[in-house]
Amino acid sequence: MINKLVKTLPDAVADIFDGATVMISGFGEAGSPIELIHALIDHGAKNLTIVSNNTGNGHIGLAALIGNRQVKKMICSFPRTAQSVVFPELFRKGEIELELVPQGTLAERIRAGGAGIPAFYTPTSVNTPLSEGKEIREFNGKLFVLEHGIKADFSLVKCKTADRYGNLLFNKTARNFGPIMCMAARAAIVQASEIVEVGGIDPEMVVTPGIFVKKVIHISNPVSENQLIRDERRYP
Amino acid sequence: MSTDIKGWSREQMAQKIAEDIPNGAYVNLGIGMPELVADFIPEGREVIFHTENGLLGVGPSPRPGLEDDELINAGKKPVTTIKGACFFHHADSFAMVRGGHIDICVLGAFQVSEKGDLANWSTGEPNAIPAVGGAMDLVEGVKTVFVITQHTTKTGESKIVEQCTYPLTGKKVVSRVYTDLAVIDITDKGLFVREMAPGVNPEFLQKNTSAPLNFS
Repeated sequence: MINKLVKTLPDAVADIFDGATVMISGFGEAGSPIELIHALIDHGAKNLTIVSNNTGNGHIGLAALIGNRQVKKMICSFPRTAQSVVFPELFRKGEIELELVPQGTLAERIRAGGAGIPAFYTPTSVNTPLSEGKEIREFNGKLFVLEHGIKADFSLVKCKTADRYGNLLFNKTARNFGPIMCMAARAAIVQASEIVEVGGIDPEMVVTPGIFVKKVIHISNPVSENQLIRDERRYP
Repeated sequence: MSTDIKGWSREQMAQKIAEDIPNGAYVNLGIGMPELVADFIPEGREVIFHTENGLLGVGPSPRPGLEDDELINAGKKPVTTIKGACFFHHADSFAMVRGGHIDICVLGAFQVSEKGDLANWSTGEPNAIPAVGGAMDLVEGVKTVFVITQHTTKTGESKIVEQCTYPLTGKKVVSRVYTDLAVIDITDKGLFVREMAPGVNPEFLQKNTSAPLNFS
């Protein structure tokens, strides 16, 4: 029997090793797998390269992981947001690396990584500082820059509904990077607020096919990142 | 800038843009002032708003108390969906952007050059945290790029320039600029003023613009 469901958060993140590349879903507070990130803080893996659109808010979730000094490098498109305090401080002190990637290029690099495409040409960032030092090539009279796919060792992803095969449904704009991060990781670890029987998701409606998912954990009432920030909570 | 000329308000600038968006257009609005445009689409026009975090069919802001943390726009503000809306992941969202499927985007600016170069992501200050988001993808992929901005900075420097001094978002990408003083087309033959705010005359506008303007 195929059963990707794991029982505990420590089981979900147990394999994450020092120096791993880990993708973390979410755009702002929408889709951030807070419980899995906190489990990774408890687990303690260090020198991580994290791929995520932002750098977390307040002192919980991704910001707490960074604050706990487990992250060597961030690959992201928008590291400063109104409530982002931890990353800016470490970055200014030179204690964390940043690879800044335009958002669409970040999404396509992740998609390409998951789809077995090592690199691709995109018009985005040509003639800007973000394409400096990269290969530029002309197609049909227009310039494009070579960008490389990204593969991860692990992804931490939040979704709404899963079955034991790992088929997934997402919730509204919390979908964002989740499906492509499942594709791009050797092991995608997913927290789902609802688990249904196999066959409980209409095959026409499946967003992420289970083949892209390694582990699923049921987190029935995920915390609200906004609420934790309003309450000025810190983790651990 | 002399104080007796008020120029258009932010809402009036947004309204000017909204009136230039045709029925049936797919439109992406940048963070901040561009978001105002959605409030002024003329009655009878159907316009679909895209937000790059995975939604086509962005509706108005929710009533207080009805916000949903997992239904937000690119500025991380709570939104609603219109009937017929759809959600999609980030790679599909930027396929819409880069693939030329979005008709119009409206962005803010630090500087716009007379050639249509845009600088809107970094002032290049050494201590700033660089952040780019989706701006570079939008200017390369969207068919028509409108800029909405105050004509001058708080210290009175023209934001419309011969050459951008800030790091570029994209080169030759902006078609039209809507400021508090004027609406200006950017063409291969230079800057052409389409309309001026009440009380603004060509001399005044040129004095506040550090690139040559054409009035015709």
